[in-house]
Amino acid sequence: MDSTIFLLLAQDALTNGAIYILLALATILIFGVTRIIFIPQGEFVAFGALTLATLQMGEVPGTVWLVVALAVVAAIMEAYRLLRMGVSREIPAAVARTLAPPLVVSGIAYVCAPLNLNLGWQVLLTVMLVTTLGPLVYRVAFRPIADTSVLNLLIAAVAVHFALVGLALLFFGAEGFRTPAFSEAQIPLGVLTVSGQSIWVYVMSIAFIGLLAYFFGRTMYGKALRAVAFNRNGARLVGISPSLAGTLAFALAALIGCLSGILIGPITTIYYDSGFLIGLKGFASAIVGGLASYPMAAGGALLVGITESYSSFWLSAYKDVVVFTLIIPVLLWLSLRSVHFEEEE
Amino acid sequence: MKKWTAALSMFAVITSATAAMADITIGVTIATTGPAASLGIPEKNGLEFAPKTIAGQKVKFVVYDDASDTTTAVQNTKRLISESNVDLIIGPSTTPNALAMVDLATEAKTPMISLASGKPIVVPIEKRKWIFKMTANDEIAVGAMVNHMVKSGVKTVAAIATDDPYGEAKIKPFNELTAKHGIKVLMIEKFKKTDTSATAQILKIMSAKPDAVFVVAAGTPSAMPHTALFERGYKGKVYQSDGAANSDFLRVGGKALEGGLVSASPVLVAEQLPKGYPNREEALKFAKAYESKFGPRSTFGSHMWDALKLVETAVPKALKKGKPGTVEFREALRDAIETAHVKGAYAVFNFSPTDHSGVDVTGIAMLKIVNGKWKLEDYAKFK
Repeated sequence: MDSTIFLLLAQDALTNGAIYILLALATILIFGVTRIIFIPQGEFVAFGALTLATLQMGEVPGTVWLVVALAVVAAIMEAYRLLRMGVSREIPAAVARTLAPPLVVSGIAYVCAPLNLNLGWQVLLTVMLVTTLGPLVYRVAFRPIADTSVLNLLIAAVAVHFALVGLALLFFGAEGFRTPAFSEAQIPLGVLTVSGQSIWVYVMSIAFIGLLAYFFGRTMYGKALRAVAFNRNGARLVGISPSLAGTLAFALAALIGCLSGILIGPITTIYYDSGFLIGLKGFASAIVGGLASYPMAAGGALLVGITESYSSFWLSAYKDVVVFTLIIPVLLWLSLRSVHFEEEE
Repeated sequence: MKKWTAALSMFAVITSATAAMADITIGVTIATTGPAASLGIPEKNGLEFAPKTIAGQKVKFVVYDDASDTTTAVQNTKRLISESNVDLIIGPSTTPNALAMVDLATEAKTPMISLASGKPIVVPIEKRKWIFKMTANDEIAVGAMVNHMVKSGVKTVAAIATDDPYGEAKIKPFNELTAKHGIKVLMIEKFKKTDTSATAQILKIMSAKPDAVFVVAAGTPSAMPHTALFERGYKGKVYQSDGAANSDFLRVGGKALEGGLVSASPVLVAEQLPKGYPNREEALKFAKAYESKFGPRSTFGSHMWDALKLVETAVPKALKKGKPGTVEFREALRDAIETAHVKGAYAVFNFSPTDHSGVDVTGIAMLKIVNGKWKLEDYAKFK
């Protein structure tokens, strides 16, 4: 291996690592706020890239129908919940609140899909559609069991993963897609050539980390999310609604996933089931951060990216084995280092 | 009431019995949904051209979708055999499903015409008496490529293959044939279809400076290593396997694929074949019929087209020896298929008791990607 290859591999590692950072942040965010180990995080990536690809072809993506269907289910669940609580006069308002945003978003997407808008608008449509998906998934699959054990939530997350992969296959077909690049620029940098698209990946990744830091550090909603992550019952006592926090966390996670998908869509071919492995690598990075520390997870994501890139070079047949084996020593170290106490469920 | 239902069921038995006596029943199980749908859908399109009658006998088709799933393929086969009492099975679309079905078809003494390509479907021949396939064996597809390498002076080659049975099936004859022709295989790298990047493997391959790179993957995943080679400015030849030869591959790969070489059925370039090429005429006929109805032609559509043509050739002979729906008919049908010579669209098939694939070297040509389209690069000698 000469220095050129070393640098090229490092560049590849950095691009992938930047995506894993975003996904690791989303994973930690959801785990912290809702205690859900959110396996389907990667599905938002696939839905993001594939929805954009479908819009590119001037067709209505299946995501539109999924959003509508989930909104209807969510509205029915909401109505039933209020009925059981005996406050049936609140039902119309609650149903309208649940239905309105998803229906408006999918309506806009339905109308705009055949218009062949330029890339920027299509990206915006995709982001709106997939971000709406997040809170709906939370409302339908997780909120009714929000107070059960971590294991139950994990099982539900696995179920959601399979459901979303199956639906993605139905909506987008088995063949892969590549979306057009945001920028065709090629910038020579010594021996390296940096593509415009990978600069987009770095910039968006850094911007998002900054944005999240601001959100959690400075805004009321961000602080509320942190409070729920820190102590659910305590947060509830001071008047923070855990379900609102969950909804917000899922919206953010879906947004992050969708953006990651749109960012890597032009770099690689995305298939209906591509999301799982990408999400899993984000999860592995989050594990390095103990599912709690954002900076450590970001370091973990870079570590995963680097390991992946260099092991593809040396041992391509065992690449994923190497990457996921990485978790074991980290877990060992974490469990030796941390003081254990049983969390009351 | 009881009498009435009894009479009705008697009537049902009689009608179904007469139907079974008169009609030829063909069972079809293909993957029209699921990951292999890009194979199954054009195959189903090909079924649109099915004959209504053969030699004066009505033909009835029972079509099931196996959803690309092995268990479902097995269930479909059982249903076709026990419920519909089919005389012949066409399908499935993929090799793993075909391997799961061969024993059932053999046990029920029902001829099966597979549209999937794996060689083990028809080998070893003594265990595959009832099984035939409409595709070239791997060594013919890889052989066409290795011949092209020899002709263009390739001395060293590296391969990058998907980490799955498809990749394994191609790499084995690739190793044997390159060794035979004195071409040095520098390395065989692996990747997964869901990988986000093949850059590292490509860097490793390029640092060894091979004259050519062989990319082994089915469908659109073949585009990723090819694109990475293009991005890194690789100047040598890039070869793709026959599994890459579909229009989705061209769409995903775009301009990065220019100049790439693919070993595939000549049906894709029927118009460019020299006059007298064995399957030229039928390929043109298929292309015209298919493209007027469904858009760009597909080799998978041609598999179904050829399977139907094989049935049309074999059935008249078998009808002389037995009535449809009986084991005698199925045995006669099997014998007729085993000795059939069919000029198909995908290739010319010469079945024999020792070869249940029947495709010779003329079944695969070398195509080059020029301006996002297939161009005939080289073809085998023909009589």
